[in-house]
Amino acid sequence: MKKQQTYAEIMESRGIDRREFMKYCSLLSVYLGLGASGLPKMLKAMETKPRIPVLWLHGLECTCCSESFIRSSHPIVADIVLNMISLDYDDTLSAAAGHQLEAVRKQIMKEYKGKYILAVEGNAPTKDNGVYCMVGGDSFLNVLKETAADAMAVISWGSCASFGCVQNAKPNPTGAQPVHKLISGKPIINVPGCPPIAEVMTGTIAHVLTFGTLPELDRLGRPKAFYGTRIHDKCYRRPYFDAGMFVESFDDEGAQKGWCLYKMGCKGPTTYNSCSSMKWNGGVSFPIQAGHPCIGCSEPNFWDNGPFYSRLAAVPFVGTDSNADRIGMVAVGAAAAGVAAHAIGSAIKKKSADNDNEE
Amino acid sequence: MAKRIVVDPIPRIEGHLRIETVLDDHNTIAEAYSSGTMWRGLELILKGRDPRDAWAFTQRICGVCTTVHAIASVRCVEDALGIKIPDNARIIRNLMNATQQTQDHLIHFYHLHALDWVDVVSALSADPKETSEIAQSISPWPKSSPGYFKDLKARLTTFVESGQLGIFTNGYWGHSAYKLPPAVNLLAVAHYLEALEFQKEIIKIHTIFGGKNPHPNYAVGGVATAIDPNADNVINIEKLSMIKKIIDDTNTFINQVYIPDLLAVAKFYKDWGSIGGGLGNYLAYGDFPETDIHDPGSFLWPRGAILNKDLSHVDEDVDPKDLSQIKEEIAHSWYTYDGKADGGLHPFEGQTNPKYTGPDLPYEYLDTDQKYSWLKTPRWKDNPMEVGPLARVLIAYVKGVDEIVDTVNFVLKDLDVPAAALFSTLGRTAARGIECKQTAGFMKHYYDQLIANVKKGDTKVYDSSMWDPERWPKEAKGFGFTEAPRGSLGHWIHIKDKKIEDYQIVVPSTWNASPRDGKGRSGAYEAALKGTPMADPEKPLEILRTVHSFDPCLACASHVMDMNGNEITTVKIV
Repeated sequence: MKKQQTYAEIMESRGIDRREFMKYCSLLSVYLGLGASGLPKMLKAMETKPRIPVLWLHGLECTCCSESFIRSSHPIVADIVLNMISLDYDDTLSAAAGHQLEAVRKQIMKEYKGKYILAVEGNAPTKDNGVYCMVGGDSFLNVLKETAADAMAVISWGSCASFGCVQNAKPNPTGAQPVHKLISGKPIINVPGCPPIAEVMTGTIAHVLTFGTLPELDRLGRPKAFYGTRIHDKCYRRPYFDAGMFVESFDDEGAQKGWCLYKMGCKGPTTYNSCSSMKWNGGVSFPIQAGHPCIGCSEPNFWDNGPFYSRLAAVPFVGTDSNADRIGMVAVGAAAAGVAAHAIGSAIKKKSADNDNEE
Repeated sequence: MAKRIVVDPIPRIEGHLRIETVLDDHNTIAEAYSSGTMWRGLELILKGRDPRDAWAFTQRICGVCTTVHAIASVRCVEDALGIKIPDNARIIRNLMNATQQTQDHLIHFYHLHALDWVDVVSALSADPKETSEIAQSISPWPKSSPGYFKDLKARLTTFVESGQLGIFTNGYWGHSAYKLPPAVNLLAVAHYLEALEFQKEIIKIHTIFGGKNPHPNYAVGGVATAIDPNADNVINIEKLSMIKKIIDDTNTFINQVYIPDLLAVAKFYKDWGSIGGGLGNYLAYGDFPETDIHDPGSFLWPRGAILNKDLSHVDEDVDPKDLSQIKEEIAHSWYTYDGKADGGLHPFEGQTNPKYTGPDLPYEYLDTDQKYSWLKTPRWKDNPMEVGPLARVLIAYVKGVDEIVDTVNFVLKDLDVPAAALFSTLGRTAARGIECKQTAGFMKHYYDQLIANVKKGDTKVYDSSMWDPERWPKEAKGFGFTEAPRGSLGHWIHIKDKKIEDYQIVVPSTWNASPRDGKGRSGAYEAALKGTPMADPEKPLEILRTVHSFDPCLACASHVMDMNGNEITTVKIV
């Protein structure tokens, strides 16, 4: 094997000076919830670790996760795909095609046995031998299982891979199932959202790369750094909720003054994500700021928890120190969330999840 | 003996596509078969849901053209319920749509298509000084010094020498069909990276109005984002100034990077001006209304159809609501109609009963004499049609839209090729650039329109008159459409008792990537591939060039919808 460069060496060779490098690490450190104390450890890791091969598979999906990924503002996407990781297989970006592309996947699986990351965008249809998603003449289901077998860890990008998303909504015609219901005996990180925020995606990879361990996950397998609190808890419109000042109709007086969207069906009170703190597309805005209620796109079964414009029957807790582990069970869709939580917990504990395909 | 070449997966597209070709003795493509290999069944998922939610479901058909299904969806619900949106909502939707097209085309050219023409490894032997001279001779773009390219070359060399080639692993580097000199390859690699960095800026306009991208939010009745120049929580001058800056920067990037690169690269591939033409039939529903979506005469992209490459005439009788004009066939698709394996239906009468009859998995080849795709086969007035940038540009060109006529003539003159060269793989790729320049201009146009309205005190963005389902008729039908980056997109809805009774979609890539029809006639991909000479069948670069020139979107294509409540039949693998 040829010499592998560390992230720091790559940055240096790209003309990024020490100061810029430190700045990047500091930002990352803050986003990962490590604060200033995490910085030295992160710097050390960046300076000594080689690039980890990543195989990025696409199943039943819409590619919104890939599109979100390439919007990352820090680090920039060129740094990620060319320097930070070795993105050796990705239907969306790879130069190679057909059997030459499949050869790359098999080569990495062999050469880096147990040392590559499997990233999955989308999920697998399980009905009828998997004929509803076929890649290279085989079912995506088989390709997924084969590629997962020797992966170090699995990242489930987006709500499709994490929880099932739109094709898994009732009546789920293709039998689409999220990754954790199909893969067992592997650590799985769920990064839900339709799509997830770009910097949440790159931050999750950076955490694994930097510390050589999975980020701490909550009961639904999500990194606590990004899914620890509800959108409602950090929403800048929260004072209007507490004051009982609500938008009643788009473009009414309340909408023009930026009041709370709870009565328009906002799912912020039951949705765990970083939208209201990190915001989207480099911190420009997020759905509530743009005047539309949150549709809860990072929660399990959110498509079946609607209609989107119907207000929640009750807001479960309003304290700002609550987290998903403590109150997830009382949120809307509690039963479904429980099933998913159980399955993910099992997967992480390397128990068999084979009998967990019920829906 | 005939040789069969399979390319599966096709990379750098959206979704899952497989191409099988049969070569003749001279390694020229004699037959081509296009197969969509995924299906998600959203039609059954949408049935019975709130029509006001439909935009979010259909938007998830595609996260690349992540706004077009939402626009078509809110338009079809508004059409059904008789909602007339305020002028500002028209402007903002048009601005978001123009933003999408511009950003999508830029990503396509550099990140999905460029590697078919640009040899990354060849760039390693470039003379940075020569690259600099070329760059400065074609554009005033400031990042063009010898030092800039020298630095890039050094970084690229380090990257390749690391032994981890990442996304560039196993590309067809060194293939004899790559014609660019090393200096131009280095220039293209530089702009591949710059465009990757810049595309995320363009899309921030979606974040301002839709809260996020991908998948910004929409609303039936207008837009959700309020405007008040004297308030701090909504669209005010700060956000408007951000939009203006993005629009200006976007126009600069398109005009100083994309268009000069397109022309510079195209000059080395002029032989592709006579390869990959295909059907010669072009269709566009049109879009970007200046008045109202029901007034096609006001569309900046005009509606119409061209048949048999006839640039003297546009057929303006395009009516997607006319039951006789559009039919979807299933002769070679894994579906049945009323238990029968064949036939054609208008989307208003459509059915989607999946029935896989392909080979057992895993398979080496599909049985292309039988059914071989999850895509249906749409036909307009019984003609196979190509949709997309080339169709739109040709129709606008023939109809005499000033800016398009000027840009097309400029491109033809610069490349020194006749108008007939437009009917080709090169023409399709050039048309996308021409269109991108046009839609970047639209962005400015809509910004000016929005400012003019706000200036005169009009900040209304929403019509709430039909928001409450209690006010809806017991039953209503509507049609919504848009010109998506990849072509004409139509949504048909049937609302009954406040719920979705039936919802159908015909998407651009279904027109272009469809399998053969009942008469054995190919769709646009298959027709365009036929007759293509291949330098090395083991490395089918030429197939990628032509297929990518259409910008395939297979997650879209395999979601032809129908909600007649047909149960999914149990699929038996034969």
